[in-house]
Amino acid sequence: MTGLLLLIPIAVALGLLALAAFLWALRSGQYDDLEGASQRILDDDDR
Amino acid sequence: MTCCVPGEHAVIDVEAGSIETDSAALLALSRRLGDGTRQLEFAVPDAHCAACIRSIETGLAALPMVRSARVNLTRRRVRVVFDPDRGAPAELAPVIRASGYHTYVLDPSQDESGDPVLAELVKALGVAGFAAGNIMLFSVSVWSGADDATRDLFHWISAIIALPAIAYSGRLFFRSAWRAVSVGKTNMDVPISIGVILATLLSLFETLRSGEHAYFDASATLLFFLLAGRTLDHMMRERARSAITNLARLQPRGATRLLDDGRREYVPLDELTPGMLIELKAGERVPVDATVLGAGAVFDYSIITGESAPHAIAQGDVAVAGAANLGALLQLRVEKASTDSFLSRMAGMIDAAENARTRPRRIADRVAAVYAPVVHTVAFTTFAAWGLLGGDWHVALLNAVAVLIITCPCALALAVPIVHVVTAGRLFERGILMKDGAALERAAEADRVAFDKTGTLTLGRPRVVEQHLQIPEAGRVAAALAAASTHPLSRALADSVDMPLRFVGELREVPGLGVEGIDGTTVWRLGSAAWCGVAPEQASPRSEVWLTRNGAVAALYRFDDQLRPDAPATVAALRGLGLPVALLSGDRPAAVAAVAAATGIADAQGGLLPEQKVAAVSVGHTMMIGDGINDAPALRAAHVSMAPTTAADIGRNAADFVFTGTDLGAVPFVITTARRAAAIVRENLVIAIGYNAIAVPLAVLGQVTPLIAAVAMSSSSLIVVLNALRLRLDGRRPRTTAAAASRALSERPA
Repeated sequence: MTGLLLLIPIAVALGLLALAAFLWALRSGQYDDLEGASQRILDDDDR
Repeated sequence: MTCCVPGEHAVIDVEAGSIETDSAALLALSRRLGDGTRQLEFAVPDAHCAACIRSIETGLAALPMVRSARVNLTRRRVRVVFDPDRGAPAELAPVIRASGYHTYVLDPSQDESGDPVLAELVKALGVAGFAAGNIMLFSVSVWSGADDATRDLFHWISAIIALPAIAYSGRLFFRSAWRAVSVGKTNMDVPISIGVILATLLSLFETLRSGEHAYFDASATLLFFLLAGRTLDHMMRERARSAITNLARLQPRGATRLLDDGRREYVPLDELTPGMLIELKAGERVPVDATVLGAGAVFDYSIITGESAPHAIAQGDVAVAGAANLGALLQLRVEKASTDSFLSRMAGMIDAAENARTRPRRIADRVAAVYAPVVHTVAFTTFAAWGLLGGDWHVALLNAVAVLIITCPCALALAVPIVHVVTAGRLFERGILMKDGAALERAAEADRVAFDKTGTLTLGRPRVVEQHLQIPEAGRVAAALAAASTHPLSRALADSVDMPLRFVGELREVPGLGVEGIDGTTVWRLGSAAWCGVAPEQASPRSEVWLTRNGAVAALYRFDDQLRPDAPATVAALRGLGLPVALLSGDRPAAVAAVAAATGIADAQGGLLPEQKVAAVSVGHTMMIGDGINDAPALRAAHVSMAPTTAADIGRNAADFVFTGTDLGAVPFVITTARRAAAIVRENLVIAIGYNAIAVPLAVLGQVTPLIAAVAMSSSSLIVVLNALRLRLDGRRPRTTAAAASRALSERPA
């Protein structure tokens, strides 16, 4: 049971972390241009 | 990896008087960013690869005034932040064009940056996904036999995750359901909201009293599936809307006014008042209805009346808004303010047509109207029967809520939109934009097809149909002279030869009249009969261009509008689908009859006014295909409508589908695809209802545990989605690549 008490908060915290990362990515505009992002990776020139 | 060579096709389409070359108008359109910089958005419909992004961005960044330039490939736009003190914004569009891309500025007032609805949906989807995933972890433990204290703990943790997540993600449904209920209506969101809310409340109650069953996972999973469907549906419509906005080239929303002291001033459209003198360059469209002050004015009226031949307007007569000046620089006197002009009257007729049309209710709403009362009656009966017969009201409540969860129309709510999303994807590959899923339902019901003539069945552009050469080299010289001019007839003449040569010698163009070329001692003139000094033999309905050599006739060309090559085949294909075809045109009856004969349409009417077109399409379930301003009210009044991308903006906005390319085959393709989609929708509804027919008796009998509910709901939703995906499999042709589709979409109105 003590294992559970440790593991459950970790599991939920990891889930929350993923959710926060997703919301952050959304807010910072990373989902605005999915097609462009998939093409820009092919542009290997340093700019 | 380049699918296009930057600069491969240097684009020269700087139109006289276009808004992109007018710094004052651009500054007025730009958005202030606070720190003294401004922002403008340009559409770049041809951009489709990494090299495109690179050449546009580096080209713009090289300008000293540009702070940043970022291409959005999904929306095919480039956002430019610039400092107006360090350069003129009129330099921006030429730089993009020099990189090889068509471009034009977008009106920021029509399109707020970003998409708040999509952002809200995606956030809600993320939260629901997080909740569903984590609660499912605990539910699986409970189902695998977690015992009393542990089960209670897991239920409590589930509740802590579920309550805020459901309140946040579910509010989209609750809001919509409340709006419907508060006006005494019902939609699919009503049973969804009732099911989710009751399931959550009951689970909370069970958790409080250490009960065995909690349905938190069902509530969260349900919302996740529903939000996924709704987000896809929204993205589909947004993509079509954005593509259509990109097509809507901003017309100069004003005119050059001539002041009394001879100065010129740019006046916005809504400040034009009757009596003002304005100037109209060659190629520009008349901004408001105005009187022509010069002689020999020739206008292109094809987009207004459907008339294909150039339209001469005598001095003192009125040219209507939207007509394009084919001749020289003209002076006009404003007759009507923009609110009374032809375009505004058409917009008014569109509104009237919209109000008059009784739109059939969408199939999902019709199903919901029957479904919700039935479900709620069954749940209530279950509750009453278990309570009265069994005497245990707690068990009765549990079973009634199980019925509501099982019948919560997850599969039903996905059944229709997922088919529309898949179908929209198929149409998009073929270069057809669908504005709304409801249009697909109406297209499947079409029982008659009506075409406009000019620009729809025909290309709406003049082509050489007759040539009479008096001397052998006339053809070569005529093409060379024509290549030097931008007049539509000259372009058509130059296009009729494979490789027009350059004219060697001195060239002079007189706008509205013709071109003169002097080669040593020989004087060639190409243009109207008057310019060439020829007396026209007899009045021909076709436009004529003459070529003279030192005053003697060398060649005569006649032009006419040309049928789209696949028009007869399309008409035959539509007949094959069991649809009668009609031709409705504002052009002269003789010209209409000729096209009707060539395409095999028996039911042809010419000389129709916009009102008469509206009346003609208001019978039965007519599908209207048209492009002109005069077609716009009919496009709105028809049961369902299509317009080519070359259509007037107002027509494109009124139509349900917009198709690219010169391929009329899009029309039967839309109808067959819509019918196929309607069949799949029916199958999906049968699946969703069949699932209920099996699961509801179990729930009524009290046999549904949370585990069974979770499995049943997920599997029925997945089956519906997979069934819709079958649409992508059938009739699989070699795929048009995304690049080809985007090329087709980039086709610009002439």
